[in-house]
Amino acid sequence: MKAKLIKGLTLASLITASPLYAADYVIDTKGAHASIEFRISHLGTSWLKGRFNTFTGEFSYDAAKPEASSVSVNVDVASFDSNHAERNKHIRGDEFLDVDKHPTASFKSTSFTPNENGGGVMKGMLTLYGTAKEIAIDVEKVGEGKDPWGGYRAGFSGTVAIQPKDFGMNYQLGPAAETVYMDLNIEGIRK
Amino acid sequence: MGPILAMVLNHKLKNDENSYGWGPVIMHWLIAFAIIGLYPLGLYIETLDYYDPAYRTVPIWHKSIGIMVAFTLAIRLILRAFNKPPKALPQPAVMQAMAKVAHLLLYLLLLITLVSGYLISTADGRAIELFNTLISIPAPPVAFQNKEDLAGTVHFIVATVLITLAAVHAIAALKHHFIDKDTTLKRMLALREEA
Repeated sequence: MKAKLIKGLTLASLITASPLYAADYVIDTKGAHASIEFRISHLGTSWLKGRFNTFTGEFSYDAAKPEASSVSVNVDVASFDSNHAERNKHIRGDEFLDVDKHPTASFKSTSFTPNENGGGVMKGMLTLYGTAKEIAIDVEKVGEGKDPWGGYRAGFSGTVAIQPKDFGMNYQLGPAAETVYMDLNIEGIRK
Repeated sequence: MGPILAMVLNHKLKNDENSYGWGPVIMHWLIAFAIIGLYPLGLYIETLDYYDPAYRTVPIWHKSIGIMVAFTLAIRLILRAFNKPPKALPQPAVMQAMAKVAHLLLYLLLLITLVSGYLISTADGRAIELFNTLISIPAPPVAFQNKEDLAGTVHFIVATVLITLAAVHAIAALKHHFIDKDTTLKRMLALREEA
């Protein structure tokens, strides 16, 4: 059974000439070598930073065929953390993220346009606050290679600017705070 | 204020078998007026956005008054252990039992409201500053994820039950005063006999 499966997969990879099997990665959230951070202007004078502590995801990437790259991430919205209890409570509450009604956010890529440095633009659907909208993440490749424990890892960073009101969150945080910048870091362990 | 109180209040600090002393009475009314003020203040805080001028002050008052209520309650409960309230006034056994349960619940709900409020503001490990003084109440060492959300839900629900029961408590006191025509309410004012 197992031999048959491997044979089948090998055959499939030969036919498509795309070694998908070798290019699938699980995002290392277990070891916290990945982060979903955000930054939002405070009164136009400084950046307020925070993050979503809990998420899972995977991606496919092959340096020989970067345009076939894809990524999928699910975020536990209630893990919103801005290092301030009262603000966390308010932002998680029904005036903003409303995590009781919309407990998960997700990103599923639809296309990737690589550049020559291993990075590129990752387009996909971001579902947040129950609303799906296409976003384009600027991706930079950080590196890839063998880790010291017998595995193989690849890592990327990305940035994207989103407007909460585009997703239906209309709470006014002020004129300087209409855009949230997401700073994303993912490290994947090859399956 | 002091001399006026001294004129109208009885001259006993402590409770005896038949009446309340002014010590427990003052603590009762301090807490009563504080929670009557704190509840609408809490609802008002929920409506403030980050740009409201009151956003920087009103939550500090709410938290600081809450902390003072907690200290008053602690003193009140400790003293109560040493100085029992006067004997209950005669009334049907069922009413007697209901009053006892209601009083116990008032203490319990107040305690839960105070603790849950404290746990919201300290959930990230920050202390609560008492007004704008240098005095601050430190955070507890135990934290768990989304503690502020759970504490917030408990704080709102229990405070709402508390203020409702307090209203029933007040109506019951008026019923004793106007319908039963007994001294329940008068006793809690610790007035001088001749006044």
